[in-house]
Amino acid sequence: MTKVMLTLRVNGEAHTVAAEPHHTLLEVLREELALTGTKHGCELGECGACTVLLGGVPVLSCLTLPLQVGDAEILTVEGMAEGTQLHPLQTAFAEEGAAQCGYCTPGMLLSAKALLDANARPTRGEIAQAISGNLCRCTGYTAIYEAIENAAAKGGRDEVPAMKR
Amino acid sequence: MSDLSILGRRLPKVNAWAHLTGTARYADDIDLPRMLYGRLLRSTRPHARIVKIDESRALALPGVVAVVTGADMPEKMGIMPSTQDETALAVDKVRYVGEPVAAVAALDEDTAYEALSLIDVTYEDLEPIFTIEEALTRDDVKIHETSKRANVFKEVHLSFGDLEAGFARADHVREDWFFFEGNTHAPIESHACVASFEPVGPGGGPGGDGKLTLWTSTQVPHYLHRELEKVLGLPRSRIRVIATPNGGAFGGKSDPFGHEFSAALLAMRTKRPVKITLDREEVFYAHRGRHPVKMRIKTGVTTSGEITAVEFQSYLDGGAYASYGIATTYYTGALLTVTYRVPAYRFDGVRVYTNKPPCGPKRGHGTTQPRYAFECQLDKIAADLGLDPIEYRLRILQPANTRTVNDLRVTTMGLGECLAAVRNATGWTRKREELPRGRGIGVAGSAYISGAGLPIYWNEMPHSGAEIRIDRGGGVTVMCGTSEIGQGSDNMLAAVTAETLGIYPEDVHVVSGDTSLAPVDLGSYSSRVTMMAGNATKSAGLRLRAQLFEVASARLGVPAERLAAAYRRIYDQKDPEKAMTFVEAANLAEAKYGTLVAAGSYTPPAGIGGSYKGAGVGPTPAYSYQAAVAEVTVDLETGQLTVDKITTAHDCGRALNPTNAEGQVEGSAYMGYGEAVVEEQIFRGGLHKKPSLLDYKLPTSLDTPALQAILVETMDSEGPYGAKEAGEGPLNPVIPAIANAVFDAIGVRFDETPITTEKILDALGKRDNRGLPKDRIGPTGLSDGKGDPKRAMRRLHASTDAREKRR
Repeated sequence: MTKVMLTLRVNGEAHTVAAEPHHTLLEVLREELALTGTKHGCELGECGACTVLLGGVPVLSCLTLPLQVGDAEILTVEGMAEGTQLHPLQTAFAEEGAAQCGYCTPGMLLSAKALLDANARPTRGEIAQAISGNLCRCTGYTAIYEAIENAAAKGGRDEVPAMKR
Repeated sequence: MSDLSILGRRLPKVNAWAHLTGTARYADDIDLPRMLYGRLLRSTRPHARIVKIDESRALALPGVVAVVTGADMPEKMGIMPSTQDETALAVDKVRYVGEPVAAVAALDEDTAYEALSLIDVTYEDLEPIFTIEEALTRDDVKIHETSKRANVFKEVHLSFGDLEAGFARADHVREDWFFFEGNTHAPIESHACVASFEPVGPGGGPGGDGKLTLWTSTQVPHYLHRELEKVLGLPRSRIRVIATPNGGAFGGKSDPFGHEFSAALLAMRTKRPVKITLDREEVFYAHRGRHPVKMRIKTGVTTSGEITAVEFQSYLDGGAYASYGIATTYYTGALLTVTYRVPAYRFDGVRVYTNKPPCGPKRGHGTTQPRYAFECQLDKIAADLGLDPIEYRLRILQPANTRTVNDLRVTTMGLGECLAAVRNATGWTRKREELPRGRGIGVAGSAYISGAGLPIYWNEMPHSGAEIRIDRGGGVTVMCGTSEIGQGSDNMLAAVTAETLGIYPEDVHVVSGDTSLAPVDLGSYSSRVTMMAGNATKSAGLRLRAQLFEVASARLGVPAERLAAAYRRIYDQKDPEKAMTFVEAANLAEAKYGTLVAAGSYTPPAGIGGSYKGAGVGPTPAYSYQAAVAEVTVDLETGQLTVDKITTAHDCGRALNPTNAEGQVEGSAYMGYGEAVVEEQIFRGGLHKKPSLLDYKLPTSLDTPALQAILVETMDSEGPYGAKEAGEGPLNPVIPAIANAVFDAIGVRFDETPITTEKILDALGKRDNRGLPKDRIGPTGLSDGKGDPKRAMRRLHASTDAREKRR
């Protein structure tokens, strides 16, 4: 099949790639841009591991064709930290043990980020709703709730990384 | 106050940052130059002879580089050396829908996928066997020719104590049948591997004079290493297995798999790296999950509830191949004795072959099903005797530091504390009295091993080895063959190293799961890693610490036994001002001793189990104990079951990292909840009914109950710094606790899993307009009422006795 040229805006950078038009955003991110932080668990839209933010909104990259994306801003897990400054959600996930195997974590972080960006102090019910499309097989979700609540309580950027003694 | 500086603290895992920033490299994230993409062709027949495989059309497709079939790797393999009945790809015969038959490597994944449809396989169908009953009785159909009788894979018969006298002195005897439905691990990461073959000579030698590297999402790099040697005919010295971080495993990645051998052989044939990643549907065929088990338990008790005898029978539906089946069969019987005093015990188990994906070990391996049955039956006994279920269990506990009737050594035993903890945390006593119909509360206890006492293949070598190296700059590297599956083993290695040497976990570089760089660890199964790799690491660290203390003692003028190490310092415990930094001590020690490297290893102690045939399964350095309380609501009109909360107390010895230990307890409760209410690996005519995450429902955040984890620390002297396991045991009590809570809510016993809405409606008499309310849902015998349920086991006994006599 003939490849098409695409320009995608990912994590604040513009990338021009040649890709098969039927390949999904997930495949293009992982295989053409080497952004392997975005995971796949089913490639059928069932597990949420491939969640990225498209214009701030969570989408399943395994069900999204890059041609649909246009010039909307794509955010993957690699773009969550600002330089060496981790996003408060990342710090909170570490502190609460919310990542066990880590495989659902990128998608979970992005769903959580979209939630907190829209709702600074969500209830536990709202958190459960927001991440209900992201399957986690390790944690039982408890630590994830705690991490999202922890990040929400801190608000804004995490000024003092918790790991420094 | 703890005298430990690292262990016991809620520190983030050392590998958390890689997980949280997307830099952790799972197997499918690996991309090598010139890499080819492989895919497996899988059987469409449950039971058939392979008449012919014609790969010519596939090979003619542009972009296809190589095709391999079973004929290229005919050597038998399997995780247990005594029951190897699998081949990497099917040879002559297929035994389940989804069994790998051929593998193709192509320039890209789309081409590889297309090529599969161009491989022509001619099958001659054979009659399939799908149920335990058929497998036990159909002598005319053989799934494996090795089965001596019908399709029996393994039968075991063990008896301890005076069973007859035990039942004779019982005031009350209960006999109940149970069925535990099969289910699967469903890790979010599907299995994946990349193989690379690099030449080391001019060619012509074994394997064409090359070295094979296999990166793979496996829990058992060492066992896979052995099987690769056997199947590929390549010396193990030429093979390097690297276990990549597993994106969840739960037992599902602890067998050697067809895709691993296929990627390796394709890489050897093409001299190019080959990646094979299973898709989600294939993960359901790879399976090796929870066995469906039918069980009969007969228990005698006195009027006060004291158990006088237990007779237990298990019938395991093993699927098409052995996997860990021998161990699974024994495990269904082995651990029933370590929780409550059982003076006489008889266990009969049989595992059969059926034409379905092979079952194997899933979290709680073989102990989950009998624990469900036993704890449900104890709940009935408590009700029969008018006793509170928690009070009852507290009365009959197996004491600490004892041996069970089947000769298992028990060290610390925290089940009583666990039961008391969940009673207090849940307001149990009040809720038992006050909850209205439709709401219920139930309890169960359980136990698990902290590592199997014996390895999978017989040998006298250590079960785990670790090597620690100290760099002149103070950096420390720990190398151990453990596989990080999300349970936190890399962090455990760093934390134990840091504690022992008095540094921080982030000072430690962890090299794990690499058969070339790290000493052997047998793998991430049977909850053995903290116990065994932790002890090996501690032992290596203590050797280095002795060298550091030796030089520090001379320099500081303080006796070595008065020194301690913490916070990157070595100091006098009497006068902490007398101190030197870890780096200073390391430099002095290197000057005196040369390069600072030490190895440590761990072998479980002798004498922890019996000497009878079958005594190898069950012993462990230390048992973990746990208790769970489930609180449920049943909608009496719709049959909807809501599990409101699960509270689990877990005796983990010392919690090396309480946050991570709680995470294991919560994750276990979640997984047990799924098994109790919704998950089932079921088939229709040999076809998997739900091989997708849409149909095989994993509980989402909206389904999962509130989970509370309580750690009970018993400080076991066998464990590293007192630790026992935390990863598997906490699953076991959850399922019977839910079943017992449903009984408390609506007065119906659910003696089979899962407890679905449909079954609840059936029990309430509301499934259709004609139904009558039932007080129990579950099997009434092996054949569900058809014929004599005990006949099959009697026939098994007779055939075993006959064979024993001939011997």
